Amino acid sequence: MADVVAMILAGGQGTRLGVLTENIVKPAVAFGGKYRIIDFTLSNCANSSIYTVGVLTQYKPRVLSKHLGIGRDWDLDRKEGGLSVLSPYAASSKGEWYKGTAHAIYQNMDFIDQFSPKYVLVLSGDHVYAMDYNEILDFHILKRSEATVACIRVPLPDASRFGTIITDNTYRIVDFEEKPSQPRSQLVSMGIYLFNWKMLKKFLVEDARDQKSAHDFGKNVIPKMLSEKRYMYAYEFDGYWRDVGTVYSFWMANLELTFPMPALNLYDPNWRFYTHSEEMPPAFFGKNSKIINSLVSEGSVVYGDVEGSVLFQGVEVGEGSLVKKSVIMTNVTIGKNCHVENAVISENTIVGDGTSIGVGDDVENAEQPDIYNHGISVVGENVVIPSGTYIGKNCSVGNFLNMRKMGIKTLKSGQNLRYH
Amino acid sequence: MKVLGLILAGEKGKGLGKLTSKRASAAVPVGGKYRAIDFTLSNMVRSGIKKVGVLTQYNPRSLMDHLGSGKEWDLDRKKGGLYILQPYVSESERYWYRGTADAMYQNMTVLKRGNEDYVLIGSGDHIFNFDFRALYDYHMISMADITVMTKSIEGYEPELYGVVKTDDEGRVVNFEEKHPNPEGDKINLGVYFINKKMLMDLLYAAVPNGGCDFVNDVIIPNLSTLRIMSYEFTGYWHNVKKSILEYKKINMDMLDRKVSHELFYQNGKIFTKLKDLAPPKVTATGSVTNSIVADGSIIAGKVVNSVIFRNVEIRSGAVVENSIVFEGSVIEEGAKINNCILDKNVTIRSERTYKGYDEPLIFEKRQVA
Repeated sequence: MADVVAMILAGGQGTRLGVLTENIVKPAVAFGGKYRIIDFTLSNCANSSIYTVGVLTQYKPRVLSKHLGIGRDWDLDRKEGGLSVLSPYAASSKGEWYKGTAHAIYQNMDFIDQFSPKYVLVLSGDHVYAMDYNEILDFHILKRSEATVACIRVPLPDASRFGTIITDNTYRIVDFEEKPSQPRSQLVSMGIYLFNWKMLKKFLVEDARDQKSAHDFGKNVIPKMLSEKRYMYAYEFDGYWRDVGTVYSFWMANLELTFPMPALNLYDPNWRFYTHSEEMPPAFFGKNSKIINSLVSEGSVVYGDVEGSVLFQGVEVGEGSLVKKSVIMTNVTIGKNCHVENAVISENTIVGDGTSIGVGDDVENAEQPDIYNHGISVVGENVVIPSGTYIGKNCSVGNFLNMRKMGIKTLKSGQNLRYH
Repeated sequence: MKVLGLILAGEKGKGLGKLTSKRASAAVPVGGKYRAIDFTLSNMVRSGIKKVGVLTQYNPRSLMDHLGSGKEWDLDRKKGGLYILQPYVSESERYWYRGTADAMYQNMTVLKRGNEDYVLIGSGDHIFNFDFRALYDYHMISMADITVMTKSIEGYEPELYGVVKTDDEGRVVNFEEKHPNPEGDKINLGVYFINKKMLMDLLYAAVPNGGCDFVNDVIIPNLSTLRIMSYEFTGYWHNVKKSILEYKKINMDMLDRKVSHELFYQNGKIFTKLKDLAPPKVTATGSVTNSIVADGSIIAGKVVNSVIFRNVEIRSGAVVENSIVFEGSVIEEGAKINNCILDKNVTIRSERTYKGYDEPLIFEKRQVA
């Protein structure tokens, strides 16, 4: 696809992921045993032969930028095109943060213009999915569309959480409603847009001049194009796609990978997912370990029992411990005789011997029930949990907290622990 | 200090039978995801070597495919990097390397051209993890002309190795190749550190007169004239190509946490060719004990005391015990293997049972059993 430039929006904080996105941007959050969320979009680009990719960063980009490098892991280190990380910049008159998704693209019009593409594919780095972008391009060309929005069908009650799209029977978009209370359509936008570059440029310039605009594709640019009766079509995608925007959906999407025949096939030789990963020896399973329904990444050492969980690289599970229905990220050490259930534990955290996490009464989270729910407890990165600690359900432990130094050994269900 | 690394990787390794029918012993898979050469190559890179020449000869395709541009070892460089040194036909009509010294002699240009002061000669067959900088220091302090890495003979069969006898200060006084009752008490590990200019001189003196082997024609005749020192290594070291039993033992040793800690963590990482594969998955019917499993594998059967490489499928009801299963092999439903080595892409049909007795049973690449 020589005529296409892909622009990946990777600046979103993802506030509903709680401590997981306190220090890193959502596309950089670890997923699926060795990946980060943006790997799926980048791999889709590489697998679709799109080799000119701009990644727009803004919020806490350190981990993301290091992960991306020059794009070598995705075959995006190219003489022409390749991967470019585009951060907000200061111009001679004034420097500006990206004010919205449309403004982010507007600020990088020069970048796109240097390739003189026919089409621009606007993607989000927040989603986990496998999609061949050639199909949306073919659809776009076939329909003589000027702007095509990728959509997915959801149950009607759920549609009110998304931007819904109303089409005629040829899939031409007739109306667009952002988070309607009474949805009229099951088709919701995936945040993937394919535009004719010339037309998009005109709208971006107009939008940038509009003082009242929030400079957002869903809220401003798409409705404006509709009002001018542009040829806009909805491309219905029926494959695997997850937003993983909440702690529960993130946890669930990880656990789905351990089910028999998961919808997202990580083992498809024709659609590989690429990532930047550390070199580690293969996973080791000890003499008395019992593992079922789990992914256990390289460098992991398991002496205890693991059930229905995803273990990232370099995780250690001590003797007599049980890890159940949990997501354990890179280099976490779990001591002996621990019980970890329904938990998400971030990178480099140390869990002392005899600790329980996610065990006890299902009490609603006192401060943030909209983030920590479904009985899932979340422990941040680089946390030290001393031996014999008890952490209940719907809890959270902030990043970099040393519970040993804080002298805290009990966190009752529904409580948050953060730095004071 | 600028050091040129040379890795001798041209041998077939007769002791490995079918495993080396289509690959050089340096390219033999080991430890779930590695090839034998990864160890010496990674050791060299971690010891600050920026330029490595790999001398190949016997069936190098598999080895070359593995090494590629050297990117995985950070050896895809504008300056230095990885050089594959193959035998070639030239006007002098010399072709095959006639021995280790001849192999280096034929690549004299590489020695002449670079700006390195020293040469570290290693072999692609050795499994160990070592920072060679300790060897450089020893070489300097002991004012050696050549330093040979050695190890106590304990636990090794003398007739399979070169054996070194040293005096009190560590100078090599006697060197015997593959002798059943040797005088010395240290085996030669086949790692040599030497001033580059001196190496060139020694090669010019030996090879044109028919001295093609580095140990027999360069080291041994010069024992009295040169100060050849022995640096004693005390860690884990094995040579993959000695025998099938030895090869299996090396793989099984990696299930020992002490050994794997030394090989993969203690002194730094061993790098290998990256394959973008998903984490291994153990399904509801699977179980794994005392084993290592590499990326991309799906375990639905039972795995005990085994080394499972990448992209292996062990289907439900299958039992794999005391075995080594290379990349891409499939063990179908209900099949049972014990004490077997499966080369790449082997298929064991369902309900079959195979057991190796004194020696492991070897299945050749792409064999369907």
